[in-house]
Amino acid sequence: MSRPEIEVRGLHKSFGDNEVLRGIDLEIGQGEVVCVIGPSGSGKSTLLRCVNLLEEPTKGQVFVGGTEVTDPDVDIDAVRRRIGMVFQQFNLFPHLDVTGNLTLPQRRVLGRDKGTAARVAAENLARVGLSEKADAYPSSLSGGQQQRVAIARALAMGPEVMLFDEPTSALDPELVGDVLAVMRRLAREGMTMMVVTHEMTFAREVADRVVFMDGGVIVEDGSPERVIGDPQHERTRHFLSRLLDPAMAEVEEETSEQVGKSEP
Amino acid sequence: MTDTDTALQPKKKGLTRRQKRSLSRGVQYAVFAAAVIAFAVTADWGRLQNQFAQADIAKQMFPDVITLALKNTVLYTLSGFVVGLVLGMVIALMRLSSVGPYRWLAGVYIEIFRGLPALLIFIFVGVAVPLAFPGTEIPGGTYGKVALALGLVSAAYMAETIRAGIQAVPKGQMEAARSLGFSPAKAMVSIIVPQAFRIILPPLTNELVLLFKDSSLVLFLGVTLEERELSKFGRDLASTTANSTPILVAGLCYLLVTIPLSFVVRRMESKAQEAIR
Repeated sequence: MSRPEIEVRGLHKSFGDNEVLRGIDLEIGQGEVVCVIGPSGSGKSTLLRCVNLLEEPTKGQVFVGGTEVTDPDVDIDAVRRRIGMVFQQFNLFPHLDVTGNLTLPQRRVLGRDKGTAARVAAENLARVGLSEKADAYPSSLSGGQQQRVAIARALAMGPEVMLFDEPTSALDPELVGDVLAVMRRLAREGMTMMVVTHEMTFAREVADRVVFMDGGVIVEDGSPERVIGDPQHERTRHFLSRLLDPAMAEVEEETSEQVGKSEP
Repeated sequence: MTDTDTALQPKKKGLTRRQKRSLSRGVQYAVFAAAVIAFAVTADWGRLQNQFAQADIAKQMFPDVITLALKNTVLYTLSGFVVGLVLGMVIALMRLSSVGPYRWLAGVYIEIFRGLPALLIFIFVGVAVPLAFPGTEIPGGTYGKVALALGLVSAAYMAETIRAGIQAVPKGQMEAARSLGFSPAKAMVSIIVPQAFRIILPPLTNELVLLFKDSSLVLFLGVTLEERELSKFGRDLASTTANSTPILVAGLCYLLVTIPLSFVVRRMESKAQEAIR
């Protein structure tokens, strides 16, 4: 088997005294779709943000496409060009129209000429089904449309890997489907994807692997059928039962050590 | 009436809240009207008109008050604004830098130049700079000196405005730019600063209005007849004619520019409000 597209080795990350990641090892192969699930505060977003070094790991190594991202001498801007990132809050550039959002990074970062950038932008807008919004400004779009534009913006840079940080968490429920449809299509086209999400249906249908994190460690890692369908650990079962049927949850005593829960 | 209302009004005694409010407003109006009337009655309008509103003296100011004095005021202001904007931008970026000494230096600059009266800075530029660097001339003569003095003053204010504008741009914008492969500098220039300027356009225009007035301090640098701006021009004419009409005309010329500018600022502010919604 060829080298994994994303490789995380012994990753630790602390914010002050708060140890958010406590030794993560993870490999994601080329074309693989991995969904990372887990309760809030489990460190899953931090893990994702360490992959393109938006957060600097305290300890450990991250490789993307064979390049060590955590190498102090790495040209991080060059590495990031190969990693597309989609945020919970979309983070479109509000002062630019949709086409500008897609062309400006291509021109400033990749040095593409105006014509090429415009052509690539149009292709990728079509890919997310928003060709007709090319001249609209982000503020006039719905959340779902903004997120699809954000995906198109990342794709226009020609990434080898796509990271999604809770891409549907800020959306009204009826808009979630459009974004997931775009992601599903991307997965079918063979994109390597790492998705932090609460959408269990998406994880079950689209993911090749599901990783359950809690307290800064990976608790379970396996096929969706196994992790979601037949979880081995009590913590996974507990989390899933709350997620799948929130109305049935009992009132619990708050435990102070959300992050520092003991190992299973 | 709900329970809370009754709780707030335990006893029905004297005036209701609404009656009190209208009574208080009535008193304010009365005081204001009395002040206006007192001013109108006690002021000696005849002498005021004699001293400030002589039509023939006002007439002989034209066209020089526009073609020379107002033109110079605008020139001084704009050149000072440009210098201040560039310098202010640099200082704002230094203030936000991760390099400690840069931040420290920028902080010192802002504190000093914000704390000093503009007048002292004009004197400093006029006297201290030629003393410190003998033989060197500030390029542009008086215009250069004014641009420098006004620039030094306004840079301190503008730096703080620009810094606030940059910090008002959500953090996610920088993260999005960086994750697309922008270097920090490129992200600043193409993504953050354009958004910051939208936010700070109204306060920057206000700064322009302030500079417009501060340009009158140029008279402390000593100017030739051709370099006079509105205030100096008005004062000179007032002393030759022994009448204050030129002062009034000069004042009206300031308002001619500042009032439309203020109007533009208000328009921009209400537009910015709409954009947020």
